Amino acid sequence: MTTWIILGGTSTIARAFARKAADRGEGVILAGRDADDLAATAADCAARGAPLGESIRLDARDPLTFGPIAERAGRISDEIGIAVFVGSMPSQEEIDSDPALIDGVVADNYSGPARLLHELAPLLEDRGAGTVIGVGSVAGDRGRIGNYVYGSSKSGFHAYLSGLRNRLGRSGVHVVTVKPGTVDTAMTWGMEKLPFLAPPEKIVQDIFRAADKKKDVIYTPLIWWPVMTVIRAIPERVFKKMSI
Amino acid sequence: MLWKTAELSGWGRALRGPAQLARPERASTLAALQSEVPAPAIGMRRSYGDAPLNSGGKAIDMTRLDRVLSFDADTGLLEVEAGARLGELVRIFAPKGWLPPVLPGTGLATVGGAIAMDVHGKNHHGAGTFGCHVRALSLMTPKGPKTVKEGSALFKATIGGLGQTGPIYSAKFQLLRTKGDVIVVTERRIEGWDAFISYLDASDATYTVGWIDATATGNALGRGILEEAETGGGLVPPAKRGKKVPVDAPDFTLSPPVVRAFNAAYWRRVPNAGRTVVKPIDDFFFPLDRIHDWNRLYGKTGFHQFQCVVPLAQAGALREILARIARSGLASPLAVLKRMGPGRAGYMSFPMEGYTLAVDFPNRSGAEALISELERDAAKAEGRIYLAKDALAAPETIRSMYPEHGDWLKAVRKADPGAAYETDMTRRLNLRGAE
Repeated sequence: MTTWIILGGTSTIARAFARKAADRGEGVILAGRDADDLAATAADCAARGAPLGESIRLDARDPLTFGPIAERAGRISDEIGIAVFVGSMPSQEEIDSDPALIDGVVADNYSGPARLLHELAPLLEDRGAGTVIGVGSVAGDRGRIGNYVYGSSKSGFHAYLSGLRNRLGRSGVHVVTVKPGTVDTAMTWGMEKLPFLAPPEKIVQDIFRAADKKKDVIYTPLIWWPVMTVIRAIPERVFKKMSI
Repeated sequence: MLWKTAELSGWGRALRGPAQLARPERASTLAALQSEVPAPAIGMRRSYGDAPLNSGGKAIDMTRLDRVLSFDADTGLLEVEAGARLGELVRIFAPKGWLPPVLPGTGLATVGGAIAMDVHGKNHHGAGTFGCHVRALSLMTPKGPKTVKEGSALFKATIGGLGQTGPIYSAKFQLLRTKGDVIVVTERRIEGWDAFISYLDASDATYTVGWIDATATGNALGRGILEEAETGGGLVPPAKRGKKVPVDAPDFTLSPPVVRAFNAAYWRRVPNAGRTVVKPIDDFFFPLDRIHDWNRLYGKTGFHQFQCVVPLAQAGALREILARIARSGLASPLAVLKRMGPGRAGYMSFPMEGYTLAVDFPNRSGAEALISELERDAAKAEGRIYLAKDALAAPETIRSMYPEHGDWLKAVRKADPGAAYETDMTRRLNLRGAE
């Protein structure tokens, strides 16, 4: 039996993930900034059958909030699961007019989660079992003119997860890198014509299947695997002139 | 991004209109919307007409605010956010031995919608409406959720109140005990109108509903199938798989000869002597939810549903209404007859003790004229039209049918002085206008 610590627990996909975990009879500890919202989701999960529904404060830009999470993880007697949904995506235009926003994007999508996972890694190694799910993005596969600051932070997170998988795999802990395409969330609501827009429940279904089957890297929905294979194969001298 | 342009339509798809739509996922976002741009809240848009439309304006989609906030496993008292779907609550709680107290014909309806329309179900004769089981509710204000006291004027104006007192954020209501997640249904073939009324009067089942062949005339007028049911446990429901209507169907799908043939076969499906079958609970309550987007069977012009209730003493008038429908040949196979109890919880609630008839009509020539005749018949029989289904009624008809409209209007004006929550329906029926 797994108890999940869900980092970025107020995100749309995280909420769907927590509910699915509850349906499976697994416990959830939701970490994020909006305490009221986390409490509502925790109660929802408990009513749906989660043996544990709790919330705890996390601010990816405030490393002082990381210690208590690691401490709480240490008191989990079940197998530990860590699922990272933390992230933010200001539009490229906003970033272009205020480059200082880059620090926050990197903290939310990469350095914050990476530092927290690093604080948790010794505990996971010590337990010799467990799962880490890191949610990246297809945007991290290639820097595009429309979204490359966000993309680069996710790209850094992908590389971190790859290394963490390499490290934790030696002690029986499995790390899954999830690369979702466009998902129907609060973040994408109102954006024009998004290709292959998927409901959060579909993403979550794919994530659990990947975790259960111990897959390393997945694209979800699967259509993004061929799409990104093509996009990654485009030579840079061609790609630099494209605006996709 | 907060707003998205969308074309809204009710379940009947005959009326449509563009609106700017927000879809908050957190209570704090909904609160912020109330201070910046108060707009009517909508759910899964399972009302048939223009109740969920605000053409050229804004609306708030509540479907992502759908969490269980608290559940007391000893008493069955449940508190949920308004966007929670009733069918999902059945899925979660039936295996634990609890069932929402009232279930309308679709499990996709939200709790907020069930309150705003004060919906009824197959147990109305005993259990009353959904609103009868609501112990507390909260409306969202700019400062956060505000509890509405049970029994207050605002409470009675919110239940069945078409969202005009503001967005319902959460509700606490009593679940009913069930032995399990299956239902035992007895089906009986009914030969005609008089027999149907006597069977409905005599039924002492918890859940009772009649399917009626609205195309049968002459001696067969009013023939149908009576279903009486009780919840049960200990049986494994058969596996099932949902179907979907992928495209708008062509017009002949529900043409009169096809409907007549279908109805006759559907009626004969039940053996003469009747039968008792075990069904998964949601198959009984939500038979049509198994076919996703079944409203597309009516083609792209959509359809209307006429539903009225008349007092017990006016059963004869309802027979004449059915006869008019049967003569027209315009009905679809979806037609329901039921005896209602007196239970209702809001000023603008639909039910009264009597008989209710609901019939679907493809939106083609003749349908609108027929429906307005039926409305006149219902008014003459001291009956009432159900606003969750209505798309065509005239303001004065509705006023005459809802005697507590004045009380409702007073509470609504106090709650929403700026008329921010008006919808296409309240404008069409001039519900917010002078008394």
